[in-house]
Amino acid sequence: MSAKMKHREKKDALHRVMPADIVLAVVCLIIMIVTLYPFLNVLAISFNDPMDTMRNINFLIPREFTLYNYSYLFREKNLFEPFLMSVARTVIGTVTGLICSAMLAYTLSRKDYFLVKPLSVLFIITMYVSGGLVPEYLLIMRTLGLGGKFIVYILPGLISVWNVILLRSYMDGLPPALQEAAMIDGANDFVIWWKVVLPLCTPVLATVALFIAVGQWNSFMDTYLYAKDLPTLQYILYEITSKAQMRIDVHSSQAAEQMKNAVSPLSLRMAVTIVATVPILVVYPFLQKYFVGGITLGAVKT
Amino acid sequence: MASQTKKRKLSWKLVWKQRYLMLMSLPFLVWLIIFKYIPLWGWTMAFQEVKPASFALSFFERKFVGFDNFIKAFNDRIFGQTLRNTLALSALGIVFQTLASVSLAVILNEIRLPRLKKITQTVSYLPHFVSWVIIASIAKMMLNDGGIVDELFGRRLGLMSTNSPVFWGTVTFINIWKEVGWDAIIYLSAMAGLDPGLYEAAQIDGAGRFQRIWHITLPGIRPTIIVIVIMSIGGVLNVGMERQMLLSNALVQDHAMVFSWFAYVRGIGNNNYGLGTAIGMFQSLVGIILLALANRFAKAVGETALI
Repeated sequence: MSAKMKHREKKDALHRVMPADIVLAVVCLIIMIVTLYPFLNVLAISFNDPMDTMRNINFLIPREFTLYNYSYLFREKNLFEPFLMSVARTVIGTVTGLICSAMLAYTLSRKDYFLVKPLSVLFIITMYVSGGLVPEYLLIMRTLGLGGKFIVYILPGLISVWNVILLRSYMDGLPPALQEAAMIDGANDFVIWWKVVLPLCTPVLATVALFIAVGQWNSFMDTYLYAKDLPTLQYILYEITSKAQMRIDVHSSQAAEQMKNAVSPLSLRMAVTIVATVPILVVYPFLQKYFVGGITLGAVKT
Repeated sequence: MASQTKKRKLSWKLVWKQRYLMLMSLPFLVWLIIFKYIPLWGWTMAFQEVKPASFALSFFERKFVGFDNFIKAFNDRIFGQTLRNTLALSALGIVFQTLASVSLAVILNEIRLPRLKKITQTVSYLPHFVSWVIIASIAKMMLNDGGIVDELFGRRLGLMSTNSPVFWGTVTFINIWKEVGWDAIIYLSAMAGLDPGLYEAAQIDGAGRFQRIWHITLPGIRPTIIVIVIMSIGGVLNVGMERQMLLSNALVQDHAMVFSWFAYVRGIGNNNYGLGTAIGMFQSLVGIILLALANRFAKAVGETALI
């Protein structure tokens, strides 16, 4: 009893709120505001009447609520196709990338595989040296002729060595007994991988899947370089942003004239920004759950 | 272990036994050769004159020009500004990004309410998962189109529209805003690995909070900081083209150009494949050399090294 009391006393001392704790709490609040404010600001503008927005853009609650910006986007700007393109490359790219990385990682985790050493070396070298942008561009556009084809979103980035290392080090940690048992039962290596190893790897598979998916969804350079005819949401947003004039030009009467048309470019841009961000926010809780283990694992192993 | 590997001599029987493993890995070797090693072979173009018409020629039919492409790159009108911008952005990044993420990690580590810590951390790395295109759109709204930062400082400083080192500051600031939470994770996990006994001992000795941070936490994560800095030094010339392209505009061009973009502009934009390859190769080789030097330096002064 007295021991418990003592313990509680000690705990109280530990939990006593110090001035430093209040300062820390305030700092935390500031960090959160600085991070979230821009997103909330964008959200509010996207739901605000475009004419009203031109008055002043600093608000967090729409002053004159409207869905006009979004309806205009999907009606007039045909945002639907780029949206589907983004979804398609994310889904297909994630599934193929995950299966391929996991398959390769499994063979590299098999210490008895007679090619394990040379293969690992060949893959790891590419983490340190790469041919660079111009040779890659020429390979994809001229030699292979993948420009403007959907496969250019999938094939060149099919495997990331980083993800393979992540998967392999997880597989290295699995108990070998299960695999050995399956081997004795006469299962071949493919079946062992699919039926025994993969089901045990769910957490790391989730981590890698999320990494690939976020990368695919956010990818912009490959559209810009290789497939402007297959625009994704990111590319459309880039086009709108880069066409929006800098402030210096906005003061000219011509630009002011343009702004009066239908939806102001800013409101439009903010609506596209939200459409391109929301899927990330939807998977964020999962990202949150799986990736911290992933990143620290990778840091320790390399 | 040694005897085990000795027993497993390479034989046709073994190769046949592992045919499934080969089926599961060799297609990716083909992929690797095509998408990673052929571009590396493409480095030979740096020593040749390669234009769109001569690209179709075979390796031996092209005109060899020795180091001409490199000389051309170094004498380029925009080589000087490219080098200056790249080094300035990298230096600002290494110094301030490290400071910011270590500070954030220290702050998070000091919070005694687990829930507050969790929420702050979760929020802080949200921007890491958002694309540069989106960040650029938001940044332009906040810093140029009348957003709060624009209202406060932008009109006087012209954060995204002044062709001066101000733009480097803007890019560094945006980059820190985007990545600080993510970068802090690695330091936080290093802090989590520190011996709690040290803190208890310090407390008994009457060390205050700041003393504990200064004498235990920071020295404890020093190896981690050094590894990260070494890696960033290796990447000093690898400032990404995507970020620069998206955040800049015609007004700030002279202070936005970096090497990877320069390679693109000369190689693809001006259709001088040989020149573009030479620029990229220079960037890559300098990176490897710097990484090796930084690593050796860290070893020489008795710090943890990377390799």
